Amino acid sequence: MSDTQTIDNVVKQPYKYGFVTDIEYDEFPKGLNEDIINAISDVKNEPDFMREFRLKAFRHWQKMEEPHHWAKLHYPPIDYQDIIYFSRPKTKEKKDSLDEVDPKLLETYEKLGIPLSEQKMLSGVAVDAVFDSVSITTTFKEKLAEAGVIFCSISEAIQKYPELVEEYLGMAVPYNDNFFASLNSAVFSDGSFCYVPKDTVSPMELSTYFRINNENSGQFERTLIIAEDNSYVSYLEGCTAPQFDNNQLHAAVVELIAKDNAEIKYSTVQNWYSGDEKGKGGVYNFVTKRGLAKGHHSKISWTQVETGSAITWKYPSVILKGDHSTGEFYSVALTNNKQQADTGTKMMHLGKNTRSTIISKGISAGESNNSYRGLVRVGSKADHARNYSQCDSMLIGDRCGAHTFPYIESKNNTAQIEHEATTSRVGEDQIFYLQQRGMAEEDAVSMIINGFCKEVFKELPMEFAVEAVKLLGLKLEGSVG
Amino acid sequence: MLNIKNLHANVEGNKILKGIDLEVNAGEIHAIMGPNGSGKSTLAKVIAGHPAYEVIEGEVIFEGQNILEMDPEDRARLGLFLAFQYPVEIPGVTNSTFLRQAYNTIQEAQGKEDLDPLEFDDYVREKLKLVDMDPEFLKRSVNAGFSGGEKKRNEILQMAVLNPKMSILDETDSGLDIDALREVADGINKIADDEKGIIVVTHYQRLLNYIVPDFVHVMVKGRILKSGDKDLALELEERGYDWVTEELHVNGEAK
Repeated sequence: MSDTQTIDNVVKQPYKYGFVTDIEYDEFPKGLNEDIINAISDVKNEPDFMREFRLKAFRHWQKMEEPHHWAKLHYPPIDYQDIIYFSRPKTKEKKDSLDEVDPKLLETYEKLGIPLSEQKMLSGVAVDAVFDSVSITTTFKEKLAEAGVIFCSISEAIQKYPELVEEYLGMAVPYNDNFFASLNSAVFSDGSFCYVPKDTVSPMELSTYFRINNENSGQFERTLIIAEDNSYVSYLEGCTAPQFDNNQLHAAVVELIAKDNAEIKYSTVQNWYSGDEKGKGGVYNFVTKRGLAKGHHSKISWTQVETGSAITWKYPSVILKGDHSTGEFYSVALTNNKQQADTGTKMMHLGKNTRSTIISKGISAGESNNSYRGLVRVGSKADHARNYSQCDSMLIGDRCGAHTFPYIESKNNTAQIEHEATTSRVGEDQIFYLQQRGMAEEDAVSMIINGFCKEVFKELPMEFAVEAVKLLGLKLEGSVG
Repeated sequence: MLNIKNLHANVEGNKILKGIDLEVNAGEIHAIMGPNGSGKSTLAKVIAGHPAYEVIEGEVIFEGQNILEMDPEDRARLGLFLAFQYPVEIPGVTNSTFLRQAYNTIQEAQGKEDLDPLEFDDYVREKLKLVDMDPEFLKRSVNAGFSGGEKKRNEILQMAVLNPKMSILDETDSGLDIDALREVADGINKIADDEKGIIVVTHYQRLLNYIVPDFVHVMVKGRILKSGDKDLALELEERGYDWVTEELHVNGEAK
């Protein structure tokens, strides 16, 4: 049996999150125009600044072109008038108590392994559950409130803390930033909001679990996290979607703002439905994530494990504005079958003595294409800025592709920038070696892959690291663990 | 324990093994010697089940079963071990994780008890002494950045840890200086006992000064042309491999 066949057998695991929850929706008609935007604002009873933000973004978006030319991605044009921009399960208000949440929704999250009742939850992790366009519940709110940490859906934040939202929304990702960010700014329906006050360490991990359920709706969520001086928060994000034959659009925006000495750690395990082995269906994951390391000695760290989606277009970035600020990007991107990923980061050094680290691990299997695209830019005032980048690619089989596109721009000659890249192949000999030591083929592949990703996995919070290892296991092998 | 009957095997359509017969019993050490390209390493890999080799004919009976239809891991779980000529690097996986997973997998398959990380640590430290390896090796990635000698020593450490019934050592001596060779051979001698069978595949006689074989087989062009006791190895050392082929030509046996 050839190497490729062996791994093919191992890789063809069904997507176990592909079920659909049968639930009734309140949804808007398909299509996008100012009426729809106003209707979103109306239904959410938003203050004027929000409506204005949306309309400004929409008007700008209409003049923009979808970025089709530079990323190493191929897909047919998206018909933006054929998407439902607002869809929510038919229930009245957002629930304060779980007893009032539709049991079908609770069951859905239960099935996904995210029980929402606090007794059953992992202690130490608060969850905001977003189902299609709306947040259905946020757990551990009281406990967080005792510490002064605000964690709620962004819709709720717009109602309860409009001054915070108005001040920070669009600070890291302006409404006119890029095509998908503008679209999101115009139509975002929900997402998570977190505010950590001065001198506060969040007493627990915060987490948002996104679920797309409606076949025809896009998911446009918006997350905003603000860490005041001397504060710390760690945030986890997970996502899955049912299996549909058509493609769903997911265009999220995440903004992080870290003030003096503050640290935000943002981790993602992305497992949207990736389409079948012939490339039919799957989520288009076009996401803008950016952190503003605003204060001196602030730190923003992105860790991502990207395994799902038909297409991933995503460059979590850090603007290193404060002197001595730090930006980190740790990424594992796994593509299989016909998946395409063009992902990486941007580190924009503006302040003095700023530092950034980029560790990217790309794994390509099947006929997939996996590209790392990263920009390190050092501004003229960023004296003694330092960057270290390491991009490793691993190929499984001989029909996939791995590409690395590092861009470096420095306007300051005191900057130190290092870039390393390697490419390796999971070979028959490696697998045979482990099999000869008694391990089954899928355990062998799993061991090799986990070793390859180790530097990234160690950055994940414990609960997530275990999940990530399992997820890669599921994507590539049989039943690990 | 291991009985090879009329084994023929191909790689990429080329006939490499052309009818091998070999029987190894518990407590015996067999040396297979031969010039480069004679098929010695192929024989080792075919027994272990490397997917690149195609068995055309014959049987390999191990512990009463024909193992040729089995996956490599199932052969390993029966107690078959191959010390690789070129051990593979697995970056990011520590030697201790790798050794423990291998050990526990085989133990479980044999219905024996597995060890938790602390118990395993005690167990593996005893084995490290056999091959004179520093415990620091446990923390390093499997074979990554190891010198040639360290890799070979690591193979013997695995043999000590997994405690196989049947071990095939494929050119374990290559790449070792004389001191390392002696230490590695010492380790192998400590592991060997009446219950175990060992096949030593080697090009040179020097390893056999330290690991004394009960039987020596000379392999040329995919066949075992001559078998004898340890004196045969010395004769080969003195006269070279050509002599075996020539002798057979004289007797009209070579084809």
